[in-house]
Amino acid sequence: MDLSVVILVEMLYAVASLILISSGLAVVFGMMKVINLAHGEFMMMGGYATITAVNLGINIFLAMLVIAPLVVGLIGLAVERLVIRHLYGRLVDTMLATWGLSLFFIGLATMIFGNTTTGISTPIPGFAIGNYQINGYNFFIIVVAILLLVAMLVILKNTRAGLIARGTMQRSDMAAALGYSPDRIYMATFFCGSALSGLAGAVLAPLVGLVPTSGGAYIAKAFITVIAGGPSLIAGLFSSAGFFGIVNQVFTFAISPVIGEVALLIAAVVLLRLLPQGITGKFFKGKL
Amino acid sequence: MQGSLSNDAIKIILITGFLIWVMPLMISTYTLTILIVYGMLGLSLGLIWGFGGILCFGQAAFFGLGAYTYAIAAINVGESTAPMILAVLVPAGFAALLGAMMFYGRLNDVYLGVITLVVTLILFKFINSTAGPQYVIGNARLGGFNGIPGFQTLNIPGSPEAYIWGDSYFYVCAVLLAVVFFLVSALLRSSFGRIAVGIRENETRMSLMGYDVRARKTALFAVGAAIAGLAGALFANWAEILTPSLFSLGQSAEIIIWCIVGGLGTRMGPVLGAAGLAYLKFLLGQQSAVDNTLITGLILVLFVLFLPKGVVPAVAGLWKVSFGRRPLGRTHHQRRPRNRERVSG
Repeated sequence: MDLSVVILVEMLYAVASLILISSGLAVVFGMMKVINLAHGEFMMMGGYATITAVNLGINIFLAMLVIAPLVVGLIGLAVERLVIRHLYGRLVDTMLATWGLSLFFIGLATMIFGNTTTGISTPIPGFAIGNYQINGYNFFIIVVAILLLVAMLVILKNTRAGLIARGTMQRSDMAAALGYSPDRIYMATFFCGSALSGLAGAVLAPLVGLVPTSGGAYIAKAFITVIAGGPSLIAGLFSSAGFFGIVNQVFTFAISPVIGEVALLIAAVVLLRLLPQGITGKFFKGKL
Repeated sequence: MQGSLSNDAIKIILITGFLIWVMPLMISTYTLTILIVYGMLGLSLGLIWGFGGILCFGQAAFFGLGAYTYAIAAINVGESTAPMILAVLVPAGFAALLGAMMFYGRLNDVYLGVITLVVTLILFKFINSTAGPQYVIGNARLGGFNGIPGFQTLNIPGSPEAYIWGDSYFYVCAVLLAVVFFLVSALLRSSFGRIAVGIRENETRMSLMGYDVRARKTALFAVGAAIAGLAGALFANWAEILTPSLFSLGQSAEIIIWCIVGGLGTRMGPVLGAAGLAYLKFLLGQQSAVDNTLITGLILVLFVLFLPKGVVPAVAGLWKVSFGRRPLGRTHHQRRPRNRERVSG
């Protein structure tokens, strides 16, 4: 009984962290068709922003939920203006340029923070269920992931800004004819995507020891979650994160964490082979 | 491609001979050997990406697979000839399976990138976790993150005691690179190569003309992997210890950068890009003011933005404009429009 509760929490946590890791990329790739391979480094910088802010004496929740997204969002803004802007519509070139950016940021972080592990302790204490100890912070991550999905859904579906953004991504010429500047809307969307990456990196920072190359651990997972999700932004994110999270945890508990990771990757390859358009390319068509 | 194959052969022999004579005067043969190995690795991706239009994010997987195959086989056999052959065949077979899975599923660009990336990650994670004594192939322990040390290095076929190392190993590598370069040239001149370029240009048209695009892409992918595997085996002989970092994403990224910087759609570009950038990295590694990765990243971004065709086509174009003979009559052969999308994708 206790064990099944623990496994359930772990599964929810795995799904939630996948949603967090992928949400920024889902906005940038799912909406803008920009494959941002520097996504992991955006998360890494969110983590460093949090740790720096906490070390300066700022409340950890303020640092995670406000400062880190802002800092990374602004970095994303600079990246969009300097690099990405010139490459819209050139899928492979954006991939390569953002890969270059990812190496650039790794180098930058190494020069500023050094090639050592830094970290902060989790702000929420753990508690026991029967004979098992559960990390209380896992619940925080689950809550943040749920809030994030709901907020994205509401903003995209029920606000004018969301409508304009969606319209521009579908037909930028039409949006321009109606008096909206696609250039600025792309800029704003990229800012939001980067801020989401920063938020994810910040929220996950207390769980991992941060090194400049931490981003590499996220990028592949984010990439496959978003691509396996397919064209629908939120339904895709939710379904593929759910699928991969459960596969990962089942094999982790059954065999070992390494096999869990490998099973996730193999599941991704098989899924892409069977559904090359992603999960929402076949199911939940037309949903957001 | 102008001139005939025998013309190419003469050029390759002359240039190789010249470089083998001149380069050791400037750079130590130990460093040169690794530049040659990287050049071969660059050529392998340059072939499938530049001429086949297959952007593989996991070329490092085949490189690593070749190196590990060599090391494991060499420990078991105690001689280097069979392991060298295996190091070419195993990655090629693996790539043929992987390629068949992808191309018969008609997966393209992004999905191809993801799958090759993921496969590289799987290998990396798997090899990294094999430190325990239960992971053994024959007499060879996989060693996990500790790597595989102490395997038999290259020897003269048939006599395991006669090691090839130092300067003579450099000559072996240089000649092998020239041979591979010649074989790639021959392949590209054959109908197989020309059809591969046709598939890169327009896949639908080629399949409507009756060519089996899937089988041809799979075959080309396997050839690229075979070359990468050979480079891996040569690397293993040079380094004398193998670690899982061979499979890392950073390694894959570097190969792609070499091709972009050197120039896609050329044979020389990726080789020069690889050797040049690897040497630059070697020089940068001797200073500590600026981080190495930062510069690599900056180079990639700047090249994608400002010189997406790469150095070799740019220089060749400049050369043609300034010194080239203007062909009389039909000029479309040389002035064929090359749009950016094709060069980069």
